[in-house]
Amino acid sequence: MRHLLAFLVLSLAISPAMACETVQLGSLEISEAWSRASIGMARPGAFYVTIRNTGATDDTLTAITTPVSDKPMLHETVVKDGVASMPHAMAIPVPAGSTMALEPGGYHGMLMGLTKVLKEGEEFPVTLTFREAGHVTVPVLIRGMGARDAGCPDIKK
Amino acid sequence: MRRRRLLLAGASGVGALIMTLGLGWWRSRGDVQSGSSLMPLPIGEMSFTLTDHRGATVKPSDWIGRPAIIFFGFTWCPDVCPTTLGDITLWLEELGHDADRLNTFLISVDPERDTPEELAAYLSNFDPRITGLTGPLGEIERAAKGFRATFEKIPRGDGYTMNHTAGVLLFHDDGRFGGIVDYHEERRFALPKIRRVLK
Repeated sequence: MRHLLAFLVLSLAISPAMACETVQLGSLEISEAWSRASIGMARPGAFYVTIRNTGATDDTLTAITTPVSDKPMLHETVVKDGVASMPHAMAIPVPAGSTMALEPGGYHGMLMGLTKVLKEGEEFPVTLTFREAGHVTVPVLIRGMGARDAGCPDIKK
Repeated sequence: MRRRRLLLAGASGVGALIMTLGLGWWRSRGDVQSGSSLMPLPIGEMSFTLTDHRGATVKPSDWIGRPAIIFFGFTWCPDVCPTTLGDITLWLEELGHDADRLNTFLISVDPERDTPEELAAYLSNFDPRITGLTGPLGEIERAAKGFRATFEKIPRGDGYTMNHTAGVLLFHDDGRFGGIVDYHEERRFALPKIRRVLK
């Protein structure tokens, strides 16, 4: 029993960060990174994530990179007079003490030029670059095509 | 998390307010321009011919007799369209068999890429009661005109994306316009609106 427990603790410690787990980068907490399953590789994919800045310094998300996309970009869905457009976002602000969610209908990552089919239930890494905090790589959970959120159990309440 | 909740609640409150003001403006603008020129036409007054994702020919006159839900989108759209189709799927599931009486259509604004086959592959991920429509650009333009929807091709990188009307349009079974579920409207307001056209 003790061996089993030791083994479990050890395997948890060495397992890579799982999607749904919060990844810490300085005073940034990055969680709920998710995407949607794709049909083939022709259509662009989307990337969503929640970034909480617990520090006293404003930060900015300036870029994302991932092996599953040749051309990942930051976009914002804007609905004006009922018409949706998706302008390119040069950077996404993450002000001190606030939470910035990249979520459906707002800021999101657009994964152009997929290099592989995104299959529901699998994961892929995305590296986020922040102006102040630097880089961090997080696991991204691929959800069904009709998903609206990461579907993580909400343990932070 | 609590703070985020509060922020969200605040934001959706502001959103609802903007929506209300926006709708008021939209309505009054419609009145100013002799009647309801900005309202979608009744379905019975529209005229276009499209092909559904199963290959059948579809005309709006076929829709009279059933309430309808119509959404303009395209399958290359990474954010708004899967989100809206995911919403519509949830609504149809919640309505259960009541939704069997509904005609639910996604009209593609990107017929260049959205063939009936592409629409079929895409829609297999959502409620099977959603029918995809595509056809010659001219016919889609005629449909959009009737629904007072707009779309525009935007070059991007090597390809293009589409701007398009994002609201979900509701119609009564006699073809009268029955309201819009705005894209940023709180989703819980959608079901009562749909139930109203189901009556």
